[in-house]
Amino acid sequence: MVNDRPAGTGVIIVTLLIAALLEVIPMPDSLDWVRPEWMLLVLVYWVLEVPGRIGVLWGFFVGLYHDVLVGTTLGQWGLSYALGAFVMLAAYKRMRVFTLIQQCAVIFLLVGTVSLLAYLVQESVGRTLYPPYTILYASLSSAVLWRPVCALLRWVQLRFLVR
Amino acid sequence: MAPANPSYRLLIALVLAIIMMVLDQRTPWATPLRHALGYLTAPIHYLAHLPVDSGEWLTEQAQSRDSLQEENRRLKRQALILEQKVQRLAVLEAENVRLRELLNSSAELDANVLVAEIIGVDPDPNRQELVINKGTGDQVVRGQAVLDAQGLIGQVVDAGPLSSQVLLITDASHAMSVQVNRNGVRAVLAGSGQTGLKLLYVPDTADIEEGDLLVSTGLGQRYPRGYPVARVTDIRHQSGAAFADITAQPTARLDRASHVLLVQSTEAPLAPVTGKEASDGE
Repeated sequence: MVNDRPAGTGVIIVTLLIAALLEVIPMPDSLDWVRPEWMLLVLVYWVLEVPGRIGVLWGFFVGLYHDVLVGTTLGQWGLSYALGAFVMLAAYKRMRVFTLIQQCAVIFLLVGTVSLLAYLVQESVGRTLYPPYTILYASLSSAVLWRPVCALLRWVQLRFLVR
Repeated sequence: MAPANPSYRLLIALVLAIIMMVLDQRTPWATPLRHALGYLTAPIHYLAHLPVDSGEWLTEQAQSRDSLQEENRRLKRQALILEQKVQRLAVLEAENVRLRELLNSSAELDANVLVAEIIGVDPDPNRQELVINKGTGDQVVRGQAVLDAQGLIGQVVDAGPLSSQVLLITDASHAMSVQVNRNGVRAVLAGSGQTGLKLLYVPDTADIEEGDLLVSTGLGQRYPRGYPVARVTDIRHQSGAAFADITAQPTARLDRASHVLLVQSTEAPLAPVTGKEASDGE
């Protein structure tokens, strides 16, 4: 690459904000169960593509933003997203050579683990009502949507030259 | 290209997150941070509500002159009826104040009311919270009671700069003191996490009947006294159990309201709210 200077931080922030919008956009009550973790998907994509810049601390602050957005305990999603970003940083080279099914499986496990961590925090402050297996629905829908999200963000990345 | 050493950063993030969680739960010190971030999150809620808003605007624009006139007539009739009721209320209120003076108890003052619009609903099925379009900029404070035209909806648990988070009375972590309007029997009304409410620890012999209106007592100094909260829908006496199994439905239309009222009781100053109290309800 001729020019390897980092570029496109603004674009990354805008994609994260659009994901935040999707997190709170009104949906029928029954569909709330399968609402994918949009912000986590977008975060993971950028960690995989620009691991030199988007990492654990980005995950932490994006998670903190998520906390304030949905009104959870400060740090609940911050902690979970930071850990999710860390795991992806450790595995980004492998993720690039994985097949689609393998990638989706990794995303399923990652979203499940991250949501479980957030669930544990929420449980400890007494704000959970449904059993923890309910987070499987969101993990599954996130895994299914990984490919389309990926394709869309790839287009954004090429269009706006994010490095 | 590869990151320097993410392990240290993870450690920093974990420590920061845990400190924040403890501060947020146990002390009011995390509020400034939440408040500052509120400037960045409120626009997302407003944006998410935009389709609803513009849809309402379009229907309003597309309404025929006839239907608008009809609505206008209906509202005028309604206003007339309400004004007539208020006339009687003024006399009753004056009488109430006189009687209270005789009893040497404090007079109840008119509450300050602020109208707000619901712009968001918590996406997490585990929690029942709303986002309204008024914040500390409009003098909303934590702990303020939220009502609709039919009854109590909940309380403000987090007042951001431009929007606020409202905990519904049906949330599983919410409980409040109520009394039966008919005879003054007091009980604790707890949310179920679904659409209904439960009356807790009511003796089997208590005089509560189906259809009884439950009103707020003002105990706990969070909610103002005398607002309708729920109506008893079902009573089950179980032989062997110490308490009756009583369920109630909120009188407020929690799932349909689009505008809400925020009231500040002026009778007694609110006690300072700590994080733990607010998340536990009253």
